[in-house]
Amino acid sequence: MSARLERSATAPPAALDTPRSEGRWTNLPAALRYAIILTLLVAIWQTYITLAHVPPLLFAAPLDVLQSIMKDVQSGLLVNATLHTLQVLVLGIFFGATIGFALASFAVFSRFGHDLLTVLSAILNPLPSIAILPLAMIWFGLKPESIVFVVALATIWPVAMNTDTGFRTISNTTQMAARNLGLHGWRLVVDILLPAALPYIITGLKSAWAFGWRTVVAAELVFGVAGSSGGLGWYINDARYFLRTPSIFGGLIVISLLGIAVEAIFTMIERRTVVRWGMKTAK
Amino acid sequence: MPTLGAPIVRAEGVVMAYPGEGGQSVVAVEAATFDVYAGEKFVIIGPSGCGKTTLLKAVAGFMQPAAGRITVGGKPLEKPGPDRAVVFQDFDQLFPWRTVRDNVVYALRVAKNMNKRDAGARADEVLALVDIARAADRYPHQLSGGMKQRAAIARAVALEPTILLMDEPFGALDAITRNQLQIELNRIWERTGVTLILVTHSIQEAIYLGHRVMVMSSFPAHVREIVETSGVDDPSDDRFAELTGHLRSLLVPAVAERAPIAAGIE
Repeated sequence: MSARLERSATAPPAALDTPRSEGRWTNLPAALRYAIILTLLVAIWQTYITLAHVPPLLFAAPLDVLQSIMKDVQSGLLVNATLHTLQVLVLGIFFGATIGFALASFAVFSRFGHDLLTVLSAILNPLPSIAILPLAMIWFGLKPESIVFVVALATIWPVAMNTDTGFRTISNTTQMAARNLGLHGWRLVVDILLPAALPYIITGLKSAWAFGWRTVVAAELVFGVAGSSGGLGWYINDARYFLRTPSIFGGLIVISLLGIAVEAIFTMIERRTVVRWGMKTAK
Repeated sequence: MPTLGAPIVRAEGVVMAYPGEGGQSVVAVEAATFDVYAGEKFVIIGPSGCGKTTLLKAVAGFMQPAAGRITVGGKPLEKPGPDRAVVFQDFDQLFPWRTVRDNVVYALRVAKNMNKRDAGARADEVLALVDIARAADRYPHQLSGGMKQRAAIARAVALEPTILLMDEPFGALDAITRNQLQIELNRIWERTGVTLILVTHSIQEAIYLGHRVMVMSSFPAHVREIVETSGVDDPSDDRFAELTGHLRSLLVPAVAERAPIAAGIE
């Protein structure tokens, strides 16, 4: 580890582009390398707990966290909380992405639509959508609808702006080839603009997911504080209320794992579409 | 030269302009008047950036003339359509998310309202004609430049257009591939009898492919002369050399003055 750091510190800038040192570590398969780092981190975590005598109410041990996850999965508590969060999230992203996509399509076809998108995104994009939650709570009450609303708001802009950029960067030749076939209107959007802008649309959905995911957990935490139940945010807050520290850690781990899973799904979609079509190079 | 029928394309005093700086429009083509006859190979040649592509875009319906009029089959042009199929120079004219075969099938289904089976059969036929059947299931990014142009030609020819418009279709290819595709294009023309309007800046290509070559001046473009070149397609022929000299003198007048041999041909 330290050898690697030294090497990179003294290496000339040109060496940055060349492959890193070939060694035993590099020759291991990627999955194994990551697994070793993960094990190392957990070991450090356990060592800290054992040596520092941390009160278990402040910092849970890895085994306790694993046990609490298994217990809450078996009882259905954690599964229900996860499904609840995902349901709200998917609904929110669905509404947000649909509106965002419609706004971008409108912007392509009319000057007014373009100006509308510019003004709306300038005003609303800088607003952290979680800041809208108090307003949503007044409008919809302490119900999932409020969170769906806030998540939708968080996802409209990344989808709309990325899709808009995607539409605008479609080459003139592609557009002329489409018009040459007599394509126009909705058919042009679905058959040509959408696939041609797909690399941008996927990027937009990725950031929509990232924004939405953070927003939904934050909103559920607030809801948990306000006494409404459901979702991973609530699960974490509930665990805090009853000082079940391992469950707090468990909730965080589930949130992280789901993030990794969704990232993998996006990567798979990209491999099967834009990478396969040569519109984007594989990472 | 095939017997000349009625002109299929008539351009009368066509002026092409585009918006320039300060709201003033810049004239790209000055009063172009020409006829293209059914079944002929009509070549437009001119220096790079002279506006010959603009003229082709006007016939395709992508741009409207600022003055004058263009009629196709007696009717004024309104918008682009598959009756005037275009092959562009750029390789991104193929839809990258469709295989070569699907590009053709899709075009047929959209532009000709064909069902899946008929479109598939027609696509296979045309891909064989253009000699790209072996790459039918590949995506465009997996093809070489020459194969991409073959695929684009296949897609255009499949539509059975009244006129096939080609905008420097071989301009981005290496010399060998370019020669191959020129021969290929002549063969396709013989098989289909399609009216061809081809834009190029290669004198050799113009004489080899064209029945008539319309020479444009540099910016803003106007028609200098329409030169008869039918029946001349052997570069070792004297007539070929003579026409080359003549076209060069029209394209580069300054050089012609300094080179008496080339100028003497006139």
